Formats: sequence, C-alpha cells, structure tokens
Amino acid sequence: MPAGTLYRGREGMWSWVAHRVTGVLIFFFLFVHVLDTALVRVSPEAYDTVVATYKTPIVALLEYGLVAAILFHALNGLRVIAVDFWVKGARYQKQMLWTVVALWAVLMLGAIYPVLGHAARELFGS
Amino acid sequence: MSTTETNASGVGPVEGASLYSVDNPAPVIEPPRKRTKKTPKSTRGNFELAAWLFMRLSGVVLVVLVIGHLLIQLVLDGGVSKIGFAFVAGRWASPFWQVWDLLMLWLAMLHGANGLRTVINDYAERPNTRLWLKGLLYTATVFTILLGTLVIFTFDPNIR
Ligand code: HEM
Ligand code: HEM
Repeated sequence: MPAGTLYRGREGMWSWVAHRVTGVLIFFFLFVHVLDTALVRVSPEAYDTVVATYKTPIVALLEYGLVAAILFHALNGLRVIAVDFWVKGARYQKQMLWTVVALWAVLMLGAIYPVLGHAARELFGS
Repeated sequence: MSTTETNASGVGPVEGASLYSVDNPAPVIEPPRKRTKKTPKSTRGNFELAAWLFMRLSGVVLVVLVIGHLLIQLVLDGGVSKIGFAFVAGRWASPFWQVWDLLMLWLAMLHGANGLRTVINDYAERPNTRLWLKGLLYTATVFTILLGTLVIFTFDPNIR
C-alpha cells in the first residue's frame, strides 16, 4: 500500500470505486437520454431517426454495458443501505458484496439474449 | 492517573470478551463538546444529514423505477426494436406511466446530482475549480429536470 493514503484496498474500497464510477456514468447517460427523449416534442421523424441508432449492434453493446452499470450500482446500493441501517450490516459487508456480485453475474447472463439478441440477428442473419 | 485500572490497557480486542463487567464498569467518558442549555444554536442546519438520508431513500425507490423501466424498454415485448414515436405516444397516454417517468426523472437527477456534488467535493481542491464545477453541475441538473418535466406535460401525440 502506498504511504500517505487513506485507501485500504480490498473488497470495501473496490466496491466503493465501482459504485462511484457506475453512478457517474449513469448520470451522464441520463443527461443525454432526457435530451434524446425531448425530440418527441420536435417531430416523430426526428425522434425515430435518433432512436434508430439505439437499435444498431454497437449501441446494443453499450446498452448491455449500461445494464451492467445499473445492476451493479442498484444491488451494491442496497448493500450500502444495509451496512448503514442493519445492525449486523457492517459485520456481513463482505458476504453481502459476494452476494451482490453473484446476483449481478446471473442477471447479466440472463440479459444477454434479450438485450443483444436483435444485434446478433442483424449481424449474422436470422 | 491510573487508579482502579487492573489491566495494563483499557483497550480490549475488537471482538471477544469485554474487559469490563458489572463489578468492574468502564469509566464514564464525558462527551468533549456536550450540548448544554448555554450552547449556542447550531447555525449549520442538517443539510448533509438530509442529503445522506435522501441518497438512501431515493435509492430504494429508484431500484423499482429504473429496473422496471429497463425491463420495459430493453427486455419485454421485443426489446429496444419496438421503440419509436408511436410507442412513446402509447405509453404516455396513461397517467400511470407519466407519473412513473416524472418520479424517475426527478429522483434519478437529484440523486445523481447530489452524488456528483460529493465527487466534486472529494477531488476538486481549489475553491475556484469547485465553484465552477458545481455551477456547471447545478445548471445542467436544473435544465435537465425542467426539460424532462416539460416534455412529459406537453407531449402531443398528434404533433403532426
Ligand atoms: C438503453 C436503455 C434505455 C432505453 C431504451 C430507454 C427508453 C426510454 C423511452 C422510450 C422513453 C420514453 C417514455 C417511455 O416510454 O417511458 C424513456 C424515458 C425516460 N427514461 Fe429511459 N430508457 C433507457 C434507460 C434509462 C435509464 C437507465 C434511466 C434512468 C437512470 C432512464 C430514465 C428515463 C426518464 C427519466 C425518462 C423520462 C424522460 C422525460 O421526462 O423526458 N432511462 N426512456
Ligand atoms: C437503481 C437504484 C439506485 C440505488 C439503490 C442507489 C444507491 C446509492 C447509494 C446508497 C448511494 C450513496 C453511497 C454512499 O454514500 O457511499 C449512491 C451514490 C451515488 N449514486 Fe446511486 N443509486 C441508484 C441509482 C442511481 C442513478 C440512476 C444514478 C445516476 C443518475 C446514481 C448516481 C449516483 C452517484 C453519482 C453517487 C455518488 C457516488 C459516490 O459518492 O461515490 N445512482 N447511490
């Protein structure tokens, strides 16, 4: 561990880093997302043109990444709340983190087909 | 100094048996800045406490709102392929989804903005940098919340 730092390494610090990074990413997405949704007030054509980019394979991959960020931030956020409000929260923080990671992995596996299926059909034909 | 202490140190292991018992109670430690009648009223208010609590309360609600939103937009009924002006018109015909989206907009923006305020406080050290970054953050936040609210309330399915 480098000297002169409060960072402690290990699960607690890395989950905090990931929580922070995902939170900031989601905020930036939301800013752009409200702008693109506002196009419904311009014209149906403008909205549909921009939303068409959301359906391309590359953006589908970004959407999968967004789902990954949201799911981690949401599950780990619930863990942080449990650490703060549940008497035994601090004691079980590590077990809760691994529960979060396991749940996240299962949900991400389940999201592959719904989120990326249309991109695969477009790329490889159906 | 040491009077009734039997142990060399009063500090016990973090977990494990307590050093003290009914017959050998821990010394009472007076809080160093205990509030008394003469203590002046705090002038700071409890903003940071409220913000801390808000992050947790909004977080719990956002789990339902945002994950529900993602299920509807990306998973159910053909996923992202179905989205278009007609789809949005269908959804915002219902007050239920209007309220859902409005609540999600306000809570997510305020939660995210407060989170970013913390991040700026942590990393921007020069007072001027902090001022400008926060000014930018608050401007973008107010703008986005107002725009999103306006869009929900003025949506017109027969715009053309
Ligand atoms: C790639 C994933 C996403 C897609 C395809 C998507 C799609 C949409 C669509 C079609 C609408 C129009 C209204 C409706 O149907 O309810 C909308 C509105 C909205 N979405 Fe999303 N969304 C996504 C992710 C998110 C996320 C992660 C958030 C929150 C952090 C979010 C927050 C909102 C908000 C606040 C509105 C209302 C906007 C306004 O007031 O103008 N969306 N979204
Ligand atoms: C899906 C449900 C969500 C839950 C359960 C949740 C939970 C939390 C909690 C409990 C915190 C406080 C962490 C702490 O004090 O250490 C937090 C921080 C944060 N959240 Fe969320 N959140 C959610 C959604 C969102 C969304 C949609 C955004 C973006 C618009 C967001 C952005 C942030 C940011 C930027 C922080 C600050 C991170 C930091 O200070 O390190 N969160 N979240």
